[in-house]
Amino acid sequence: MILQDFIALAPILDLGAFCIITMLAIAFRRHHATIAVFAFMSCLLTLAALPWAATATPRTVTALLIVDEYALLYMGLVLSATMVVIGLSYRYLKIHFSEQEGIEEYYLLLLLATFGGLVLTVSAHFVSFFLGLELLGLSLCSLIGYLRTRHHPLEAAVKYLLLSISASAFLLFGMALLYFESGSMTFRGVGMVMKQVQTVPGLWLGGVVLVFVGVALKLGLAPFHMWIPDVYQGAPAPITAYIATVSKGALVALLLRFVTDVGALELPSLVHLFGLLAVVSMVTGNVLALFQQNVKRLLAYSSIAHVGYLLVALLAGGAVAAEAVTFYVIVYCAMTLGAFGVVTVYSREGGDAERFEDYRGLFWARPWLAAMLALSLLSLAGIPVTAGFIGKFYAIAAGVGAGLWWLVLALIGNSVIGLHYYLRLIVTLFDEAPARAVILQGQAVQATQAAGWTTVFSLGLAASIILLLGVYPEPLMELIRDSVSNLLMVAVQRP
Amino acid sequence: MVLWLLILIPLLAAPLAWIGQQWSRHAARWIAIGALAIDLCLALLLWRQDRSAQTSGHGSWLFESQTSWIPHWGISLHLGLDGLSLVLILLTAFLGLVAIVASWTEIHRRVGFFHCNILLALGGVIGVFLAIDLFLFFFFWEVMLVPMYLLISVWGHANRRYASFKFFLFTQAGSLLLLVAIITLAFLHQQATGKPSFDYADLMGLTLNKGMAWWLMLAFFVGFVVKLPVPPFHTWLPDTYTEAPTGASIILAGLLAKTGAYGLLRFTVPMFPDAISDFAPIAMGLGAMGILYGAVLACAQTDIKRLVAYSSLSHMGFILLGAFSGTELALQGAVMQLVAHGLSTGALFMLVGALYERFETRDMRQMGGLWGVIPRGASMALFFACASLGLPGLGNFIGEFLVLFGSYAAQPMVTILASIGMVMAAIYSLGMMQRTFFGRQRETRLAPDLSNVAFGTLLLIAVLQVWFGLYPRSVLSTTRPVMETLVQPALPSPNLTHPPSELMQSSNLFTPNVSTP
Repeated sequence: MILQDFIALAPILDLGAFCIITMLAIAFRRHHATIAVFAFMSCLLTLAALPWAATATPRTVTALLIVDEYALLYMGLVLSATMVVIGLSYRYLKIHFSEQEGIEEYYLLLLLATFGGLVLTVSAHFVSFFLGLELLGLSLCSLIGYLRTRHHPLEAAVKYLLLSISASAFLLFGMALLYFESGSMTFRGVGMVMKQVQTVPGLWLGGVVLVFVGVALKLGLAPFHMWIPDVYQGAPAPITAYIATVSKGALVALLLRFVTDVGALELPSLVHLFGLLAVVSMVTGNVLALFQQNVKRLLAYSSIAHVGYLLVALLAGGAVAAEAVTFYVIVYCAMTLGAFGVVTVYSREGGDAERFEDYRGLFWARPWLAAMLALSLLSLAGIPVTAGFIGKFYAIAAGVGAGLWWLVLALIGNSVIGLHYYLRLIVTLFDEAPARAVILQGQAVQATQAAGWTTVFSLGLAASIILLLGVYPEPLMELIRDSVSNLLMVAVQRP
Repeated sequence: MVLWLLILIPLLAAPLAWIGQQWSRHAARWIAIGALAIDLCLALLLWRQDRSAQTSGHGSWLFESQTSWIPHWGISLHLGLDGLSLVLILLTAFLGLVAIVASWTEIHRRVGFFHCNILLALGGVIGVFLAIDLFLFFFFWEVMLVPMYLLISVWGHANRRYASFKFFLFTQAGSLLLLVAIITLAFLHQQATGKPSFDYADLMGLTLNKGMAWWLMLAFFVGFVVKLPVPPFHTWLPDTYTEAPTGASIILAGLLAKTGAYGLLRFTVPMFPDAISDFAPIAMGLGAMGILYGAVLACAQTDIKRLVAYSSLSHMGFILLGAFSGTELALQGAVMQLVAHGLSTGALFMLVGALYERFETRDMRQMGGLWGVIPRGASMALFFACASLGLPGLGNFIGEFLVLFGSYAAQPMVTILASIGMVMAAIYSLGMMQRTFFGRQRETRLAPDLSNVAFGTLLLIAVLQVWFGLYPRSVLSTTRPVMETLVQPALPSPNLTHPPSELMQSSNLFTPNVSTP
């Protein structure tokens, strides 16, 4: 009995242990490459523990955590994305820091943030939810400001801190209201109240909305998106990739579980409200992205729009929605990592390559890098052969299946707007007059050599996932279907 | 398997052409030509074979290939070839070759990547003509878009960026509408049978309620018509056709527009018979409007490439008119028009490209009297201008005449209006000849005449035009079984004066059952 609990929790315990070991290792030996490999191996070994944990699922470990296949799937996503980010970070840190500055803690913080993410994926209780969220948020806050001698990262870190605090405030208030109405801190306990009464109490509704707002703040859903562009722009490129993938992936896992367990989508008023937010988010993100001249900001606004698409899929409700959301998140992580990965690789000592000018004619100077970026952007735009298309297809299918016609039409209209700015960046890649690329060609060659296998591994992984899922998505769909059915089954078995 | 070969040969040759650039300057061109020539031969072989099966077959697939892809959604890799797709694939391979010849002297920068994109686009087009799983169809439908976009935005003329954006955004908007309609159909299939399916045959058999059928039909109509295009969805056309490099213009006007027409004939018309019978007058009206609008604007152009672009718009109207008239005669005419217009526009764009290469202008006011300078080019231009205005004895005439003849029964007024377009065609085509090649020469200019290869290609197209003009049966007998299946559902117009059988018989005028030569 107890042993089974431990097996189920193996991935989390594993990563926790590795965090401590990494910390000790840093104390003994400050060596960049060693610690980076250490962090990478930690994620890999934790990943290896997932199949083992799967033998004990689904399992509720204390009231706080529930380990099911759904959680394990998201854990796999979070860990893989972290591995890619570590791969990208190594060279980036080497360029931006000298060896003496103490860069090793970066990896420790990364592991801690991922640990928080893992806790989020398994939490079924407000306490674990809050703990995971804070662990993730605080680690991220210091990671964003890690380039402490620069102006932008510090500003971004303060912004992220303020955001985290306000998100926590909303969450705590929402939790308090829900506890007041239901007397329970577990998601399912909160949901039961709604099942039992005829008219849903206003405070309960308010609580759910406040918790949703807290999560939306972290996800960057409009109108709670103000921090996104600044933080995306200010944070070091690999950390931006991390925020966009690991942090969002874990939060979506939590949101989906919360919404399913609480039964929020059974209330039309909430569906309407969330639908409105989805539309606002899509429109805001896409329209504001049209005017951006900065690649990082452009990707930031596009991420706001993508959260909107995700919400459309989520609102469809039921098995298809859960599948669509999960698939979309996985795809979104791959393509975002691809895009920010290129930004990372192309960055130089002076700062991240973020202006459109930096990318002019990149295709003719460094075809592989530009092809990678173009692939990611096409995937974000949802053009076939890339995984983004299947993701969008899934989202539209979920929406159509649930008869959410207006949301689907909004999604389509926004996809067209979105296409415009992705194309603008892509056409820049193919432009003539490769100003910077030619001047820096000597440097570029050097940089390519320095890019090394870690970068090639990271970008190659992202690219192959984008292409593979775009052409042959069936195995992943199968996997998602199995894991998600578990989530829903548990939800149905409410006492 | 043969069908997959047709698609995969250009797709696999594409990266090869890119790499080939390193070996020699012309390697990419030869690889592209080789790939398309193999495709053409393959398609011709299929055509030879099909003759025997054709007589017995009734629109069912001549070749079929099905492999499971995403079984949960009912999506499979399902390809099917029938007469219509066969004819269009032949056209694709041939026009692809023409496009490569046309860009032989025009494209000097990044030759390998150019041909890579051409091959990718053509692979997508062939895929579109073969796919009979709607998801797969949409997949290919989009695959051809990105390389096309790159062709315009990298190798286009001065205003290429704007043009390529407009092209991509318009077609993408139409495509997404199409995607939603396709997904909706799959879900309706799930509601009816418990399992979603994207297969053509499954979705054909679906019974839809009236309102739903209308909306879906409209989405399918708009999605395809944007590509065709027909006003009011046409505004991308003049910019795109004009700014694209010659090779891309040929593919755009000759093939991409045809994918829209193919979509209408393959999906929109047969899938929603009831909605179509209500909608046909509107669609035919739009077609007639397109004919007149394109013709009027073509008359007003001073830019010769824009003139050809608008004339293309005008000719596409005939296809829309024919596709929705519901008579076999007009449908066959639409197919003939697809082929003949592909050839004549391809040739015209090639000539315009040659003019631009020599005189670096597309403005007809700065031309004039060029007959003396490039007699070969001028004579070919005269030929294809005549083809475009519908001179009897050439392919375009057969197409337009059959469309008008066939649609008169269904919509006399619309047809009369549309036939004015043929008169206008004479005005703008001859006007173009007059302003460009005849009249006083502006200044003494010397320019090399068409090269032997280019001239030979144009001659070949001219021979094909004459062949189709005098012996249209070679195309019509291949597509006839398919078109016959389209007639049945779309005919229930009650005030029809001629019974269907009579129309069928009259179509035999053009498809007599004489033995093949």
